[in-house]
Amino acid sequence: MTAAEDHSLVVTDLRVEFDGFVAVGGVSFDAHPGEVRFLIGPNGAGKTTCIDAITGLSKGTGSVTLAGQELLGKSTQKIVRLGVGRTFQTASVFEQLSVLQNLDIAAGLHRSSLSLLRARRGVDPAIESALDETGLSGERDTPAGILSHGQKQWLEIGMMLVQEPRALLLDEPVAGMSQDERTATGELLQRIAQRRIVLVVEHDMDFMRRYASRVTVLHQGKVLSEGAVAHVQADPRVQEVYLGTAGAASTAAMAVVPDATTATADAALQEEGV
Amino acid sequence: MTKLKPWLPLIGIAVFAVLLLVVAPAVLSMHWINNLGKYCCWAIAAVGIGLAWGRGGMLVLGQGVFFGLGAYAMAMHLTLESTAPGSLPVFMILYDPSASLPAFWEPFRSDAFTLAAILLLPVIVAGVLGYALFKRRIKGAYFAILSQALAVALAVLISSTIRETGGDTGLSDFKYFFGYVLNDDANKVMVFMIAASLLILCLLAVWQLNRSRFGELLIATRDAEERVRFLGYDPANIKLVAYVVAAVMASIAGALFVPIVGIITPAEIGASASILMIAGVALGGRASLFGPALGAMAIGWGQSSLGSSWPDGWIYILGLVFILVTLFLPMGLSSLFAKAKGLVWRPRDTPPASLPDPAPVLERVEEPGRIAEEVAK
Repeated sequence: MTAAEDHSLVVTDLRVEFDGFVAVGGVSFDAHPGEVRFLIGPNGAGKTTCIDAITGLSKGTGSVTLAGQELLGKSTQKIVRLGVGRTFQTASVFEQLSVLQNLDIAAGLHRSSLSLLRARRGVDPAIESALDETGLSGERDTPAGILSHGQKQWLEIGMMLVQEPRALLLDEPVAGMSQDERTATGELLQRIAQRRIVLVVEHDMDFMRRYASRVTVLHQGKVLSEGAVAHVQADPRVQEVYLGTAGAASTAAMAVVPDATTATADAALQEEGV
Repeated sequence: MTKLKPWLPLIGIAVFAVLLLVVAPAVLSMHWINNLGKYCCWAIAAVGIGLAWGRGGMLVLGQGVFFGLGAYAMAMHLTLESTAPGSLPVFMILYDPSASLPAFWEPFRSDAFTLAAILLLPVIVAGVLGYALFKRRIKGAYFAILSQALAVALAVLISSTIRETGGDTGLSDFKYFFGYVLNDDANKVMVFMIAASLLILCLLAVWQLNRSRFGELLIATRDAEERVRFLGYDPANIKLVAYVVAAVMASIAGALFVPIVGIITPAEIGASASILMIAGVALGGRASLFGPALGAMAIGWGQSSLGSSWPDGWIYILGLVFILVTLFLPMGLSSLFAKAKGLVWRPRDTPPASLPDPAPVLERVEEPGRIAEEVAK
């Protein structure tokens, strides 16, 4: 085992069933600090369910380890305390509280219960740096409920950052964002990934192409393909799942980093409901 | 102004304290002092409900249970205090002159035990109950129905145990309050002062809880429980603290209600009494500091003035007020202030759309995004 793997998130033969329906059927993959790891696949492929199982929201069997420590079977809040943070498809921030209060609650993870009875004085350095990192410094006293959609997603990422997690799991972080917001988010994720594990579930192929280091494609609860972006895109099975065999030819265009042709391919992907 | 703002509630509490502790005893007749004391008791319970429901989102429809625990603990003590040594409380003799004092009455002879019971019984009951409910993630309507059912159950239990608890007739005819003669005006004022002081203390406690990190966490739990879980907290523990604090306050309220009103019956703790406690909180504004207390006092005043002179009409008025508040002021009368302030301050307060920010990468790109959104609208 290399030094990098010691800090990795390793998922082995993960299975999640709901009343007999197999949502995830034996998925294995790993993610290391230093890479932006993507999990993609059509609707119902089991991407979010994988994240749910890793974070203790759904019950799964198999094994999920972070730095060698088993996560499956632990309660959600314990898994968070072991260093796994996550965001949700729809940004869930505390709308009535200010940006600063949101971050302060997140940063309070390891505070003693008694210190909770005191009022907040001053701002944690970790919060300051998260504000800078996510570009929300100017909004610190804004109620989170009136932030723009993109800002809410960044606030969620900031709330994870102040907890100093070892792994960040993001569920469709750029859904509904403008092109510029996507770029900013992608760059932010790349910066974060330098020291931490970043695992992104995404529908947006263009975003995946631009920022993924390694990709795992899920289909019907199983791993279809895995590897670098180019490798995955060249995989005929992936092309089949995304576009059907007839569209395989046009998928070849996916290999090219964004231009006019990919726009059409993306449009096709959107129609497929990807 | 901004420096003063965090301390405004404290100034408010101070003004309230002066009104209750200095002005009221000086200007009010004995009759109204007694009534005000009764309203203070309901207000104490209401302050707790404001914390659990307004801030914590737990619709505590059965606070009568904890009100009853405190009230009956106090009533048993006062009954024993008023009974000659060696003899039974009067109501027991009525049913069975040869009966002996039930075992659970015995310890209530002690002052210290009674006081401890008033504070600790609700902690134990609310602690066990809350732990079981919140760990199982029971919330919303289920929680409300369950807590309401519990209040009904306790009232029925007391009604049906006439020999031990006095049943529907309740406990009354208290002569002494920890050695003080209750039929003495000076002592009545003292009991009122105790109730008023405890109301102030409860307001202070909730003020501190609201401004603390716990208060922020409680609101976060109310608004997005799952999110709190994914930040590494157990929402059950946070809710449990608020629930237990509310229960203790209701118990204290019940305990003081007994010497002030002079009687406690199951009707004071059952379903309708519990709902009336909630009604005051809803009227005043559940999430605010003063709303619950003032709302409960207003309802209490209506109850004892209109409610006794025109009982049929009072119920309709109460219903109408409740409907109007729910429709037009879901956050209660206290939200009127915020609305009024919004009207007055808005012209000056509007922040300029684009502040000159020292902008890192993301700050800059957010502006086009926002503009795009505006255009899309």
